[in-house]
Amino acid sequence: MSAHRVLARKQVCICAGSGGVGKTTTSAAIAAGMAARGRKVVVLTIDPARRLAGSLGLPELGNEERLVPGDFGDGELWAMMLDAKRTFDQLIEWHAPDEETRDAVLGNRVYQELSNAVAGSQEYMAMEKLYELHQEGRYDLLVLDTPPSRNALDFLDAPRRLSSFIDSRSFQLFTVPGRLGLRVLGRGTGLVFSAMQRATGINLLQDLSEFFRSFSGMAEGFRERADRVNALLADSRTAFLLVTSPDAAAVDEAIFFHHRLLDTGLPFAGAVVNRVNPLAAADGSGDGEVAELLGDVLGRKVLRNLEDYRLLAARDRDSVKRLRSTLGRKPMICVPELDDDVHDLAGLERMNEYLFGEGT
Amino acid sequence: MPELLDKSLLLVTGKGGVGRTTVAAALGLKAAGEGRRTIVCEVAEQERLPTLFGGTQAGHHERELAPGLFGISIDPERAKEEWLRYQLGSALAGLLGHSRIFQYLTAAAPGLTELVTVGKVWELAQLQRKTAKASPYDLVIVDSPATGHGVAMLRAPRTFSEVARVGPIHRQAATIHRFLTDPAATGVLTVALPEEMPVTETLELGGRLREEMGMRIDRIVVNQLLPERFSGAEAGRLESVDGRGSPAIRAALSEYRRARLQRSQLRRLRRAAEAPVTTLPFLFATDFGQRQLEALAARL
Repeated sequence: MSAHRVLARKQVCICAGSGGVGKTTTSAAIAAGMAARGRKVVVLTIDPARRLAGSLGLPELGNEERLVPGDFGDGELWAMMLDAKRTFDQLIEWHAPDEETRDAVLGNRVYQELSNAVAGSQEYMAMEKLYELHQEGRYDLLVLDTPPSRNALDFLDAPRRLSSFIDSRSFQLFTVPGRLGLRVLGRGTGLVFSAMQRATGINLLQDLSEFFRSFSGMAEGFRERADRVNALLADSRTAFLLVTSPDAAAVDEAIFFHHRLLDTGLPFAGAVVNRVNPLAAADGSGDGEVAELLGDVLGRKVLRNLEDYRLLAARDRDSVKRLRSTLGRKPMICVPELDDDVHDLAGLERMNEYLFGEGT
Repeated sequence: MPELLDKSLLLVTGKGGVGRTTVAAALGLKAAGEGRRTIVCEVAEQERLPTLFGGTQAGHHERELAPGLFGISIDPERAKEEWLRYQLGSALAGLLGHSRIFQYLTAAAPGLTELVTVGKVWELAQLQRKTAKASPYDLVIVDSPATGHGVAMLRAPRTFSEVARVGPIHRQAATIHRFLTDPAATGVLTVALPEEMPVTETLELGGRLREEMGMRIDRIVVNQLLPERFSGAEAGRLESVDGRGSPAIRAALSEYRRARLQRSQLRRLRRAAEAPVTTLPFLFATDFGQRQLEALAARL
């Protein structure tokens, strides 16, 4: 199965998986491969560690897309790294009904401190950016490299969490000026608030309440947008690709995430298993000749090394089989362990012999 | 290494997939073996330690995994409840715990998960535990989340102490921040693999910790270093010999190339990193459990 076929009719490809399985590299390789097949592709990463730029030969990546130098025929490869704080600011500017509200939010200390400091906001902003780029329609395909999978689950929830919060009573409460809102909710609430003030310090609460109040003018816009982001994720033109290594823990995560995607009705398209030991089960004939050919010392060493590799290969085969059996009829692509590190465009091309090869 | 195990808190950081949990567990075994009452904390809904020690998951409970070595997977919800109870007493804490407004608000408040998680880590590391009937630990080891999110977690206390200018959150968050950034109390150990990207990230992490937190990496552990089984001369012979298509020779040459590549990344790391670098061998094993952990602990 080839990534080209999996993504033939797709406009969005979301690569998800646990840390260290080669997700960033796989995203970049898939984007490069699709660009080489004539598509205009952008790959975006939300990984706070700046890995993607390196593998694409760019000195750095920013919140704007950059054209990756290289020969992609009719296609183009673009890359960007999401700056969550910047994207958040842009959203506020976009949704604010007037300049006063915009400045009130952007100037609010709760907003300033929390919009860039926080892990969760990054995931949400990635979804936002993905949606924005999709709306603009400048690319044939968007490839998103997500943070490790437990966080990836967060990002799936992020737009929904925001819209349900905006709908909630506590949000309404904060958006009523002064203490009026609290009185409306009765005496119990006053008690809750005085407890909250003791637990948090009153200033924090005031800042929060100010933040929510100025935010309220934009709430509807945010909510609608969150709904549309959710719709894009569930769209049939979107593909979720699971990326994993043959490591048992990584495969567990991949299986967990696969169930999660099925449960939430998101379009799962297939799995990529990276760094699989290439030794086949049948490999091993002619061992005796090798020993003879190389002489005692080296021959023995070579055979002992082969034993170790067989062990690892068998372990990988078990893992791959376990994953295969949970995927049903969905495609799975195995990329063997390559002798050199993949960290540049040439490395991505080597990877693509497998990702885009029809043989496997 | 001994100087690190004498601190109160040891943060084990590093990119995903480099074996952070394994190294944290091996360090825990070593510290406990030397007579320190030690706990290894997992965070962000991860709980892999009990399985490594052949047990079942216990969640947000301090449970003994091996003599003197405890484990816990910190649940932010529970940590939040504990913090409220300590802060307000059980009656008010119960009131807040049942308040939907409070639940909504804390679920929506960004960064609170990180704050209460790191707060629980801090609590475990105090001689005067805030949790009733809890015994103190000599050493708390944290299996921190992957690089980027790990820094976000460490930054949470300062962020909150700045947002809440006064009041208990401000005071406590500031105390936690001071503890994290006090090199006498807290040590940082970064796990890496001898490969291009993990090495690059380790170097970047050093810079970020210094700039954003005023902290430094005390030690780097390079994990899964392949043995150098074949010399250059032997590899040359393998390449020229007739049977070079055979699996045995392919595997040997692959081993040779990868081991050599690893050595060059290891050299690059040693040249550029400020912290001393220790290596752990790649283990050719099909399963991984306490026996393998002990083998690694002996090498630390």
